[in-house]
Amino acid sequence: MLENEAGALSRVSGLFSARGFNIESLTVATTNDKTLSRMTIVSVGDDGVIEQIVKQLDKLIDVVKVTDLTATEHVERELLLVKIDVNPNTQANIDRKIDQFSGKIINVSEDTYLVEIAGQSKKINDFLDSLDASKILEVSRTGVTGVCQRREG
Amino acid sequence: MKLNGAQILVQSLKNEGVDYIFGYPGGAVLHIYDALDAQDDIKHILVRHEQGATHAADGYARTSGKTGVVLVTSGPGITNAVTGIATAHMDSIPMVVISGQVPSALIGNDAFQEVDAVGITRSCVKHNFLIKDINQISSTIKKAFHIASTGRPGPVLIDIPKDITIAQIDEPAYADVTDMRSYQPVVDAEPEQITKAAELILSAKQPIIYAGGGCVIGNADQELREFTRELNFPITQTLMGLGAYPAKDELFLGMLGMHGTYEANMSMHDSDCVIAVGARFDDRITANISKFCPTAKIIHIDIDPSSIGKNVAADVPLVGEVKSVLKDLIQALKGKKTADISAWWLQINEWRSVDSLAYQTKEGVIKPQTVIETLYEVTKGEAIVTSDVGQHQMWAAQYYHFNKPRRWINSGGLGTMGFGLPAAMGAKLADPGRDVACVTGEGSIQMMLQELSTMLQYNTPVKIINLNNGYLGMVRQWQEFFYEKRYAMSYMDALPDFVKLAESYGHIGIKVEKEEDLKPALIEAFKQKDRTVFLDIMTDPSENVFPMIPAGAGHNEMLLAGRDEMASTNDEGLNLV
Repeated sequence: MLENEAGALSRVSGLFSARGFNIESLTVATTNDKTLSRMTIVSVGDDGVIEQIVKQLDKLIDVVKVTDLTATEHVERELLLVKIDVNPNTQANIDRKIDQFSGKIINVSEDTYLVEIAGQSKKINDFLDSLDASKILEVSRTGVTGVCQRREG
Repeated sequence: MKLNGAQILVQSLKNEGVDYIFGYPGGAVLHIYDALDAQDDIKHILVRHEQGATHAADGYARTSGKTGVVLVTSGPGITNAVTGIATAHMDSIPMVVISGQVPSALIGNDAFQEVDAVGITRSCVKHNFLIKDINQISSTIKKAFHIASTGRPGPVLIDIPKDITIAQIDEPAYADVTDMRSYQPVVDAEPEQITKAAELILSAKQPIIYAGGGCVIGNADQELREFTRELNFPITQTLMGLGAYPAKDELFLGMLGMHGTYEANMSMHDSDCVIAVGARFDDRITANISKFCPTAKIIHIDIDPSSIGKNVAADVPLVGEVKSVLKDLIQALKGKKTADISAWWLQINEWRSVDSLAYQTKEGVIKPQTVIETLYEVTKGEAIVTSDVGQHQMWAAQYYHFNKPRRWINSGGLGTMGFGLPAAMGAKLADPGRDVACVTGEGSIQMMLQELSTMLQYNTPVKIINLNNGYLGMVRQWQEFFYEKRYAMSYMDALPDFVKLAESYGHIGIKVEKEEDLKPALIEAFKQKDRTVFLDIMTDPSENVFPMIPAGAGHNEMLLAGRDEMASTNDEGLNLV
């Protein structure tokens, strides 16, 4: 959680590049409290690296609270928008897959589908892997957002 | 009463008790300068280069313990200041830098003298602000001083567009306190951690206290003395910590690290319990981290949680203000008996007898070490000594025995050449009654020479001790050891006549070429209470800084003067700085 102020995002992203930490994904938006933003960052590292990331983030003046979600019972979700090439030969197969993955077709054109799928990153990866790569026209993923399950996050 | 933004800014600075601003005017800050000119409480020191302003404010802050204040214009004004801001950041020095910005409407338009000051400084400040509304001025100043001076201190930048300094509002009330939900520095360590640390301390058979700059910045010298003497433990200090514990005390083993003493480094290596007090285990201290303190349990006291576990894992972390944590530890240890460490002291005294700071004198040559020893003698160890960066810095640290905190002012973290002279000016303003010496070299001094002019204008008499060996000495030393004596670009030809140079700036210049002239020249220089004196001292160009832990080696693999004149390293070491 961080102060919803101009520059807060670049402080966080700048910290990651300056200290050589990597960012797999980063999502940010305001919360029910308009003065606060919630940022969910996915990064990879051993315990020491993650500990440093948490401490360095906590040190930023704009940061109100840092939680290592993976150390708690938590839920994480990601949203995928994917544009797929569709023709009469492939349509049935693609329809079935969208159904299997609880996806939603949100736009249909003459030869494309725009599909929305929400879920854990693994589910999105699996869905994309199940498609013929040459038929995937465009992929837009939000990156992971998450919350801790207990009352006090 | 209506005030404009500039007047509110100046009034806010007064409310913070600011007495000096180090600065340089320019287009974007003209309204602020106009407001400064209309008052007498805050004195403005007009430097000759914005980097000089930041170093002077830094020297002022390190000497006084107060927050140093800098005022610069937009564009090149703030970019010139960046080196000094980064210097203060690395050494955790409280500083507030106010930079003018182009008018709000022009931001982002590549306007004349526009840079993204907040963006450029982001990674070298504790925090920064861009003021977007005149109503934010006084609260931002309040926050900036609060952030700069509390917790682990550091520089804070406030960027203020020109239009905001001329807009008008009713004079705002100045807040008494600052409460920020996102910034709550810890003061006291957790009691159970204090208990754990105390148990470890009591059972230690080969303990050592390793004290850093946090003891100086955190004003914990008294507690450090009490803690150390109560335990009768050996103590070593980092370059930044010197003075927090008296150098002349028998428990003091000297500085540790790359150019630390034999006894300090050997004690670290063999210790079973290292008590790190306001120190951050940086690479100049640990040397090869895989060989660092192989048998020690580590107690780490630091105000900054991110310092703990960053380089070296701590067995007992104690997050809190050094002063408060030491007090709690003293209390917890009161009346308890430590393990018998007499055998440890015997071992340490054996290492001491190696006398690792001994050096060979040579007929007809002035040894740089002798200069520092004579400086100590002439000033009776009571001067404030600032330094630049290089060999002279190490010799000053090794041979000027700092017995009190805030007397040793140097750029330890960033290693900024050019720091010493403006820092000396700031130190003199902070403590006008005390002698100030700037120990420098002919390389470093030329990076900030222009401040000699400022020093005349504001009458800040300091003694410049220029150890002139014609070489960028530390570079030359590494080239001698690790590059088969290929002295690539480390010899500086065509040096100015420093005596004439000092005189042209209105100061006194004295050249010293013979050892017998050294002491009389130093005595004469310090007699000139109201004048800046530039002592250009010709020192041995071939002298090296010893002892030395070569890059990649461990604390027990030191090179000693007269025994290991030739150092070497391996490929891994060559990649280290």
